Amino acid sequence: MSNEPRTLMYREALNEALMEEMRRDDTVFVMGEGIAERGGSYKVTAGLLAEFGEKRVIDTPLAEASFTGAGIGAALTGMRPVVELLFIDFALLTLDQVINQAAKLKFMTGGQGNVPFVMRTQGGTGNGVAAQHSQSLEAIFYHAPGLNVVMPSCPHDAKGLLKTAVRHNDPVIFIEHKLLYMNEGPVPTDDYLIPFGQGDIKRRGSDVTLIAWSNMIPRSLTAADKLAAEGINVEVVDPRTLVPLDKELILDSVRRTEHVVIVQEAVRRGGVASDIASIIQAEAFDYLDAPIEIVAGLNTQIPFNLTLEAACVPQEDDIIAAVKRAVYA
Amino acid sequence: MASPVTTQDKTLLASLYETIYTIRVFESEGIKLYRKGLIRGYFHPYTGEEAIAVGVCAALREQDYITSTHRGHGHCIARGADIRKMTAELLGRATGYCRGRGGSMHIADMSAGNLGANGVVGAGTPLGVGAALGTSIRGEDRVTACFTSDGAVMNGTFGEALNLAAAWSLPFVLVVENNQYAVSTPVEQTTRELDLYKRGQGMGVHSVGIDGNDVVTVYDTMQDAIGRCQAGEGPVMIECRTFRHGGHHVNDPGLYLPQDKLQHYLEHDPLTVARQYLMDAGATEAEVADIDARVEASNEDAIAFAIDSPEPDLAEFLEEVEANE
Ligand SMILES: Cc1ncc(C[n+]2csc(CCOP(=O)(O)OP(=O)(O)O)c2C)c(N)n1
Ligand SMILES: [Mg+2]
Repeated sequence: MSNEPRTLMYREALNEALMEEMRRDDTVFVMGEGIAERGGSYKVTAGLLAEFGEKRVIDTPLAEASFTGAGIGAALTGMRPVVELLFIDFALLTLDQVINQAAKLKFMTGGQGNVPFVMRTQGGTGNGVAAQHSQSLEAIFYHAPGLNVVMPSCPHDAKGLLKTAVRHNDPVIFIEHKLLYMNEGPVPTDDYLIPFGQGDIKRRGSDVTLIAWSNMIPRSLTAADKLAAEGINVEVVDPRTLVPLDKELILDSVRRTEHVVIVQEAVRRGGVASDIASIIQAEAFDYLDAPIEIVAGLNTQIPFNLTLEAACVPQEDDIIAAVKRAVYA
Repeated sequence: MASPVTTQDKTLLASLYETIYTIRVFESEGIKLYRKGLIRGYFHPYTGEEAIAVGVCAALREQDYITSTHRGHGHCIARGADIRKMTAELLGRATGYCRGRGGSMHIADMSAGNLGANGVVGAGTPLGVGAALGTSIRGEDRVTACFTSDGAVMNGTFGEALNLAAAWSLPFVLVVENNQYAVSTPVEQTTRELDLYKRGQGMGVHSVGIDGNDVVTVYDTMQDAIGRCQAGEGPVMIECRTFRHGGHHVNDPGLYLPQDKLQHYLEHDPLTVARQYLMDAGATEAEVADIDARVEASNEDAIAFAIDSPEPDLAEFLEEVEANE
């Protein structure tokens, strides 16, 4: 088989991952609202019903807490469910099952039983869907020990990470972004996996380390191109999985560039960016040439109006300004 | 079901018809604005379900509360909202009900006892129970009508909240708009007992299933429910059978809706039914045409108002964010 990469959309790459894993392993099944016949709101599960039938491609009632819990129970007893939550905002209805149950079952029982459970969901702002459909809530899952947190930024990573998630023996919160589904990128033809805890350098640079994930990666890459034209070389580091976190990749880059900017779409308060900053200052303090810059969402609910919405999450100009502050400090 | 008192009340019937037509025009013109790119985000039309909001809200009194859903424009209008401020909100303008912060899924009109639409399906039910609990603690004669949907009935909030209302005998009316679909999923696929009102009966709640496209039936049933609540016999559950005239939201063509069923409900249209009641009570074609013209003119006025309205002020918004830090 040739391994010429093709260009796929993020959603197509996710679809391929599910197809391949379901073909490979009969215990893999998917469930969620409108995922079977309709193929999901973003078409990620399109075609699965036709190939795998309704026992393994299940449309659920609007019962988030219980179908999520049912996925976890099935995982505990030999299945590999991929449960879709339409919006991460509605994943809040499932928190007992995810955080008190899935994340703790193996631990509490002294290592008896695995929970190979995947929750696929999507977050972030996008075109005026307002306060209950726009949140970036990765920090909630990041905070709860026992969960892997995955946030792919491109089709290649989306596919490789989803396949790893399905094969993983512990719970995975797989967070997509509503503005990434139509983004295109190269995806190899052959079977590949991306291990958790292995970040990726999306752009090499020597002046400043910019750490970002999910939809903040394409935005940061555009900013980095503009900064390059002004003579500032930005290294863009995508951890890809927030738990486990590829600390070595981050610290190694920081030691080379001595300047750090962290970009997250989520609100600033209690966010993952602050935690990464604390790790860097603890483990690479002597290398830092300037205070760490964090570019984050404002500490606010997301408004409906598009102008207000845009002001609440990091834009290209905010990233450019932060990089300059870091470099010229 | 329709009481002769109601069917002879020409003034009431004219007002019911007018409100139904107001919602109909608001939605069809709103969809046009959406297609022109003036409205963003989600827009879930209430078209085909108007008789429920209108019948329920016509029976409610000024002091009563409602909670609404993601498909909430009709509830809001039926509760007496100003369609200028609603249209402005859909356009994200500073003059809208939520000053451009909320949009279609979050319109509220607290001063009229409308506690708001909701982007989270089923979330309004516990809130409504809470409103009823407050009125009960304060010993007030107020009823809370909570609009909800067939999809929401499958959610945990339904069972927990209705049971609370029952355990505490609250003046609470759960109005289930059973349009038989949750997006593309038919209700037959998500439950065995298609008479959703029977779930209320299982909790010892007076529960009925009615034709939600017949505004007089809805109105009479709601009057009865309010009476029961006043007599301390609440809560009440009313399942209203209905059907969407199109997709789940503006961008969903709704091709999965079975044609025969859709055709049946298009013919049994709440607007036509209400119009017929009005004609049967003695209204002339000219009187109805007058109502239609008035409704259309006021909707045009609302759109003009919204389009002329300013966007929210960014600096003011940022100050609010900082103040709330
Ligand atoms: C808790 C929750 N789950 C899922 C959604 C996404 N969603 C929005 S409307 C809808 C269908 C709702 O169907 P139903 O409750 O019957 O109301 P209808 O749209 O038919 O009025 C879904 C799944 C949501 N908004 N909230
Ligand atoms: Mg429905």
